[in-house]
Amino acid sequence: MTVTEREQREFIAAAAADARVNVELETEGMTLNIGPQHPATHGTLRIVARLDGEQVVAAEPVMGYMHRGYEKLAEVRTFPQVTTLINRIDWLGSFANEVPFILAAEQLMEVEVPPRASWIRTILFELSRLANISLFLGDMGVQLGAITPVFFAFRDREFVLNQIEAVTGGRFHPNFDRIGGLKDDLPKGWIEDTRGVMVKMRNFCDELEDLLLGNEIFEARTRGVGVIPADVALSYGLSGANLRASGVDWDMRRDNPCGLVHDELDWKVWTHPDGDSFARYWVRLQETREATYMIEQMLDGLPAGPVMAKVPVIIKVPAGEAYVATENPLGVMGYYVVSKGDLGPFRVKIRSASFNNISVTPWVMRGVYVPDVITILASLYFILGDIDR
Amino acid sequence: MSDTDVTDPDSGEAVPVERLDPRHTAAVATLSERLADAVLGHHSERGELWVRVHHEAWQQAGYALRDDLGCRWFDFLSAIDWLPSPFGRDMDAEQDWPATGPPARDTAIEHGVTGGETRLQIFARVQAVEDNPGGGNLSVILKADLPNENPAVETWIPVYAGANWHEREAWEMFGIAFIGHPDLRHIYLPGEFEGHPLRKDFPLLARRVKPWPGLVDVEDMPEVAGEAGS
Amino acid sequence: MWTLAIELAYWQQTAIKLVVVALVIPTGAIILGYVFLMKMMSFMQSRLGPMEAGPYGTLQLLADGVKFLQKEDVFPRRADRYVFALAPVVVLVSTFLLFVVLPVGPDAVVSGLDAGLFFALAVASLSVIGVLMAGWGSANKYALMGGMRAAGQLIAYELPLVLAAIGVVIQAGTLDLNKIVLAQATGEIFGWGAIGNPYILTQFVGFAIFLVAVQAELTQPPFDMPVAESEIVGGYQVEYTGFRFLFFFMAEFGTAFAFAGIASVLFLGGWYVPGLDPTSGWFNLIGPFVMFIKIMAVSALIFWFRFTFPRLREDQLQKLAWKVLIPLSLLNIVVTGVLKVLV
Repeated sequence: MTVTEREQREFIAAAAADARVNVELETEGMTLNIGPQHPATHGTLRIVARLDGEQVVAAEPVMGYMHRGYEKLAEVRTFPQVTTLINRIDWLGSFANEVPFILAAEQLMEVEVPPRASWIRTILFELSRLANISLFLGDMGVQLGAITPVFFAFRDREFVLNQIEAVTGGRFHPNFDRIGGLKDDLPKGWIEDTRGVMVKMRNFCDELEDLLLGNEIFEARTRGVGVIPADVALSYGLSGANLRASGVDWDMRRDNPCGLVHDELDWKVWTHPDGDSFARYWVRLQETREATYMIEQMLDGLPAGPVMAKVPVIIKVPAGEAYVATENPLGVMGYYVVSKGDLGPFRVKIRSASFNNISVTPWVMRGVYVPDVITILASLYFILGDIDR
Repeated sequence: MSDTDVTDPDSGEAVPVERLDPRHTAAVATLSERLADAVLGHHSERGELWVRVHHEAWQQAGYALRDDLGCRWFDFLSAIDWLPSPFGRDMDAEQDWPATGPPARDTAIEHGVTGGETRLQIFARVQAVEDNPGGGNLSVILKADLPNENPAVETWIPVYAGANWHEREAWEMFGIAFIGHPDLRHIYLPGEFEGHPLRKDFPLLARRVKPWPGLVDVEDMPEVAGEAGS
Repeated sequence: MWTLAIELAYWQQTAIKLVVVALVIPTGAIILGYVFLMKMMSFMQSRLGPMEAGPYGTLQLLADGVKFLQKEDVFPRRADRYVFALAPVVVLVSTFLLFVVLPVGPDAVVSGLDAGLFFALAVASLSVIGVLMAGWGSANKYALMGGMRAAGQLIAYELPLVLAAIGVVIQAGTLDLNKIVLAQATGEIFGWGAIGNPYILTQFVGFAIFLVAVQAELTQPPFDMPVAESEIVGGYQVEYTGFRFLFFFMAEFGTAFAFAGIASVLFLGGWYVPGLDPTSGWFNLIGPFVMFIKIMAVSALIFWFRFTFPRLREDQLQKLAWKVLIPLSLLNIVVTGVLKVLV
């Protein structure tokens, strides 16, 4: 299998680097702080890399520069107030953050959500995926030195943000999901506009496929760089496109549906056997395109009806424990909600995707070159708020 | 008890029959076989399976989950402090209370599903990813009570490599020691931080210093002409 | 010819030449910066670029320059002050020297050296010293890595640059840049001499290698590892602010201008336009304009690559130089030499 061969090669490189540092005592290694203020960490992540020339002997991420303590803060807020906090976890796909928490609360309250609310919720969920991943598709180019794709990404992401704004009133932090449904219905003309945006997003995907995926330099920089075999990916709890790029055919949306309507749609889970940076980019690109088809199907099949179930004004959630995870743009995001029948949650454990995704970096960064550190970080795709919570 | 309900053999509670997933029953049987009497309780609801084990069998339970049940995907590891907050919700703004005023403060420890014995409970969730495409994979939430004095448990790093950072977080936030963890140091908080913030008796100082803004902070209504002084 | 009728004293000529060279670098840098860096890049990325300063933002770079001059002159505390301060000057001097031998007309050249090409390629590599000084003097790990990368890269790409030019030298039989232009102007393609013989036709491989090497010499994407902003945040330039950074900026674009000029002399016939007598004195007047058009054409190519490609990795860059470009240019020399003797 190609993956194990590459893994072996990387291991040999790492061992060689180790040996060089240990044996040839006269070559003193250098410790390089990548971050916390560094363009590649888009946020305040810090990577302490021990270098031997250009080769990384060991790299250790250091985070916490943006830790906001949402798990503690959630304990002193009421259930509807918590959505305001968790909007800020993955700030590029904010609406998707709210969904699993609201679903968990609804499970505890045993509220039946009207079908129209579920469908619109799923549409917005996938729209925030587009808003999030489209930025990754451009940003990966910037990290590799190609400046043009990111401008395309910002240009076309704007259309998606406009659609989210038209429904929720917020471009970044919609805070639109409510226990029992949604705050409002769709505005008039929105469905037609969204169809147009989906065409634009597909064109954007085609454009990037031409611009980056077919580029020899891009392939040279990403193929075989940062290979994560499926076993390692599973034991580190990688999720989302990072896991599927390692060849694991698993998507929460298909395999563990929980209140969203993905199981009623016709779509495909994309996987790639290689597990390298190229595979992660490729899978995300395909997923973006797949999401546009999904949204189009949902726009066609949108049922009529109310968007809000009957819920009390003062929301008290019955005692119990619930865990709901959804396939968010960055990966699996879950909330373990413990309620004691109070106004607010007793304990909220936020399982964010980037925390697990980045925890694999010390393993994968042994023996790579400094530019590969940037490639691997970019291809694992983290949002700092999603690591630090 | 209606005819459709069966009795949970461990807790003795009535469980609706549709909540008992056959795979969950099988999983509990497998775990009981591997861990003998270290399985202290289990609960099955909404497709999730909770299993409470003795804390000394924590690592062994991890191996059993990974090797025998095929739950190779590590989701998360964390802990719950079941002590009711000594500060209650009294830091909320008054209008957040229901009309009855602040809720009565209860100091008794009440445990959640699968019960519990002590204050700190560690829990982790793992999942099988390829066993049942499209129909919901088997997932297990494993719980273990930790002793009140010096809570410690064996590390999961040999079982799930990804547990490393989660255990660092649990150590930092709850003060749980992980035996065999190679690198137990702060992950989020500065190195010299004292205390364990997610324990319930750790006050949320921001709330103590400045009450949650509510109606108190709202500007006064302009007085309507003619009603001045009323 | 009246253009040559004015007799000037040596010091007067020197003064004029100094002023011309001193003006050409900022002008070239501003023109390239505006036309390509700001406008062409913006249009490629579906945006407008600067629109406020002057009509269509034409004065943007002047405004930027003034802004740079206003900034405080900052030295990192542990920097080697003299090396740090001298480095941008060394880089800029190497750019200045490039313009010395660049002919824009039969007589319109600052100093028509017999070994003009040799001189140009030699002074171009002077900038390595400046870059190394900047990297070392900044007392910054990123700068050090950038300096080291730059040194490795510039030295590696010096070779294909020179070897690619040798093909032209063999064909023209001279190192004098003006005579290379004349050789192209009077050359014939299989007996047909209407457009002369611009060497891009016979030396296309050389032209391609030359452009790739120029790209690397200018540390532009896809070869911009020494300044890679997403990896080592500007490399050797990381600690520079204000007018010292402006020096680097002007040197980068001035060198791009000069290299585009050398490329058009070597491969595109320099200041010569087909159909005219190359010995005519009028070329001293129209030559600069012809050269300018050709320089812009070559620069457009250089900058087009810059905005399109991702960055190579350091080892891949060296591999490209040593395993592809150098063997290819050696082969080009052999083929050129054999054909020169046979034909």
